Amino acid sequence: MKYFKFLLVGILFGIMMAKAEIISWFRIYEMFRFESFHMYGIIGSAVVLGIIIIQIIKRTKLKSIYGEEIVIPDKDFSYARYIIGGIIFGLGWAMVGACPGPMFVLIGYGYYVILLVVLGALIGTFVYGVLRNKLPH
Amino acid sequence: MEFISQPWPWYVAGPLIALVLFLMLIFGRNFGVSSNLRTACSMAGAGKFSDFFQIDVKDQVWNLTFVLGAIIGGFIAANYLTSSEEVMLNPSTIENLHSIGITSAANQYLPLEIFGSEALKSVKGILILVGGGFLIGFGARYAGGCTSGHAISGISNLQIPSIIAVVGFFIGGLVMTHLLIPIIF
Repeated sequence: MKYFKFLLVGILFGIMMAKAEIISWFRIYEMFRFESFHMYGIIGSAVVLGIIIIQIIKRTKLKSIYGEEIVIPDKDFSYARYIIGGIIFGLGWAMVGACPGPMFVLIGYGYYVILLVVLGALIGTFVYGVLRNKLPH
Repeated sequence: MEFISQPWPWYVAGPLIALVLFLMLIFGRNFGVSSNLRTACSMAGAGKFSDFFQIDVKDQVWNLTFVLGAIIGGFIAANYLTSSEEVMLNPSTIENLHSIGITSAANQYLPLEIFGSEALKSVKGILILVGGGFLIGFGARYAGGCTSGHAISGISNLQIPSIIAVVGFFIGGLVMTHLLIPIIF
């Protein structure tokens, strides 16, 4: 039961990503060509509501369902890792039209070819881990 | 059911993503999908090669469970909730896709030129898929998060690093879409 709720949230997430066509390569391509409001509307409305939700959580000191303080750690500040890492990520995102969430949703959807993308993402993660100390952060 | 089997508009999806973020927070966790790739590497024994992968997998089971749910959600959507997979793209996007040789736009979610069985028969096709995945995995860990961790969770928490990362996502995405895809495909 401890993990069951995460399964349910994941199912909600997966259905929504599929039904709103966020898992579609075409939607990502269209977004980067600025030819549709769809993806901007999704990300924009999620972020606006997200900002409101987190402000309410912080100001009301809302507790988690376990009665603990909700902690959202700040990201360490720097430029190099976010801009270089971000650009590398963006290149891949636009190329195969799927970021890590949609990748997994697409497996369930039945596009098994996406497993090659997941394999690539695992290799990329591994290579980062090995090279991490040599990269500028 | 008519409403559910149609493609969902942005004003349904965006608030649902915010709901996922909220649920994760009140469950005492932070929403971010790409860290599961690190966990998977750890489970496969990557800790022998880098201390980056020496993490306690037990602390990540919640997130792996979330991913399992996402896979099940994709299955449910495909088999019970979708009447047509046609993506209503902007006609000028379709025209552009035709000009670069992608004519399967947009009768299904993914272009067959990249994800169809034909693509698997060429080295180039396989390199595009594995290479694209590599960039995503490498870039996400380098930047410390992906679309969910930075664009949604990070910016919602007003984190400047996340804004920088998302600017990076867009620089990379625009370069790929406008400059590299016409060359690669």
